[in-house]
Amino acid sequence: MAMSGARQSLGRSAAAHAILITYTIIALFPVFVIVINSFKTRKAIFRTPLEMPDAESFSLIGYQTVLKQGDFLLYFQNSLVVTVVSLTLVLLFGAMAAFALSEYRFRGNSLMGLYLALGIMIPIRLGTVAILQLMVATGLVNTLTALVLVYTAQGLPLAVFILSEFMRGVSDDLKNAGRIDGLSEYRIFFRLVLPLVRPAMATVAVFTMIPIWNDLWFPLILASAEETKTVTLGAQVFIGQFVTDWNAVLSALSLAILPVLVLYLIFSRQLIRGITAGAVK
Amino acid sequence: MGTLKLKDVYKSFGPVNVIKGVDLEVRDGEFVIFVGPSGCGKSTLLRIIAGLEDATSGTVEIDGEIVNARPPNDRGIAMVFQTYALYPHLTVRDNMSLGLKQAGRPKPEIAERVAFASRMLSLDDYLERRPAELSGGQRQRVAIGRAIVRKPKLFLFDEPLSNLDAALRVNTRLEIAALHRKLNATMVYVTHDQVEAMTLADRIVVLNGGIIEQVGTPMELYNDPANRFVAGFIGSPQMNFIDAGLLGVSDADTIGVRPEHITIVPSGGDLTGTISHVEHLGSDTNVFVNCEKAGLVSVRLFGEHDFEIDSERALKLDPARSFRFDRDGQRLR
Repeated sequence: MAMSGARQSLGRSAAAHAILITYTIIALFPVFVIVINSFKTRKAIFRTPLEMPDAESFSLIGYQTVLKQGDFLLYFQNSLVVTVVSLTLVLLFGAMAAFALSEYRFRGNSLMGLYLALGIMIPIRLGTVAILQLMVATGLVNTLTALVLVYTAQGLPLAVFILSEFMRGVSDDLKNAGRIDGLSEYRIFFRLVLPLVRPAMATVAVFTMIPIWNDLWFPLILASAEETKTVTLGAQVFIGQFVTDWNAVLSALSLAILPVLVLYLIFSRQLIRGITAGAVK
Repeated sequence: MGTLKLKDVYKSFGPVNVIKGVDLEVRDGEFVIFVGPSGCGKSTLLRIIAGLEDATSGTVEIDGEIVNARPPNDRGIAMVFQTYALYPHLTVRDNMSLGLKQAGRPKPEIAERVAFASRMLSLDDYLERRPAELSGGQRQRVAIGRAIVRKPKLFLFDEPLSNLDAALRVNTRLEIAALHRKLNATMVYVTHDQVEAMTLADRIVVLNGGIIEQVGTPMELYNDPANRFVAGFIGSPQMNFIDAGLLGVSDADTIGVRPEHITIVPSGGDLTGTISHVEHLGSDTNVFVNCEKAGLVSVRLFGEHDFEIDSERALKLDPARSFRFDRDGQRLR
């Protein structure tokens, strides 16, 4: 009995692994192709797109083009500034709103929660025209501030939704103990509650950060000036109507993966705890 | 010094009334326990005293001053929670001293008070540890220490023993009793466990449905319950309630007799029934007798006794220790 049980679960876990590995390969394949082709000559990219670069086809011409373009460092900086600032604002304001919604009883509490969560279902791009008019009127077109504002608005609904669920789980006794010890509501929030919802914060951070970093739409519309271009927009320089410099495009995209990968690694340990928190506990 | 006075306290959450008019006075140095079934409002009442909830109406006085408008940290109280509620990121020492630091006390005084509390609770070896490195009993001792350090006028305990296992619960109960004697402090304690209430309290407040059913010393409640609810809530196993008609009593609705005031006799007696189950506890024997119309009657006999299941027996009630209740559950005297 025990043997067959063990074997059965072995078969089952093999199946599970097969499915997961298949999915991983499917998910990683395009990234893999981009990265290997960025190290190849133009000819090799088109002749043998799936082969690893060898002595003959290896070339750094794409990276040289990208770096020679000169402004690329600036594009990176812009992307990083927009992502980090938006992320910080989303986490700060999202957590504060979530704390208020989960902690205080007031009239219209659940209605407010619903209203704040509505943004998850309505894509912010539907409001592009209005946003553009707003930015023109306020003179924020072609500034990073415009992007930060839009991305903060875009990220808040999900942040409030996820964080308020998690904050409801933080022990009331702990917050009350803080109140009896004379801690202000701000200190209770920053010192007692935030550390306990760190896994949820990391989850929100990752889900917020990636769409912002990858976005092409709003930089194109709101901040397409040379000095405010982001990496994704910058990479478009190499895509022409008639000729596309694929070496440069692929190199730029490969480089664009790096910073977001670093941020992801910082958050990922906490992220896994955040995703599994509900399941295991 | 620490007295507490509640005057006509009401509390409602939206349309739901949780506390429906509570008046209570607690004397200096008294150990008062709120007891009642879950949802009776005892924890809410404690939180109103602490200032964690606002009373909808009525006043809370601590040491003769009305504190309704004061925040919890300014009421001279300290609270021990069921879930310990220690700050996870602070050491035991910092957990205990945070409140004083927050109040701006000088460092030597803080150190001295922490040392006093940790000596009293034998926490000296754990002062530099974090709560995660402590056992449940140790965590509860730290929580109590955090309360002692504040030198409050009033100690509030919210079911402090509910998360501990049975053996630890008895130990901690003794510690709290010793603490009360040593500090001579006023304590208000909430529990749903009537054994805790009986063993610790100077006076017990029995709450039900947001009102006080009776206030009295443990023995007053045991020997002289005001109504059927108190009679049934205090004492274990529970008091038997028998239809008065079955006992030939005409001027009452129900007769209440505690299991220890019923004896099993060979014949005669007030009721007859068949033995349905016997619990051997060593010091006592609990016998459950199925008496047809009167229902299942529990009998508590001291010492060891043996009965054959399904055998027929007669029960004799002690008339001096029987209580008569009217249709509304009020005691008839």
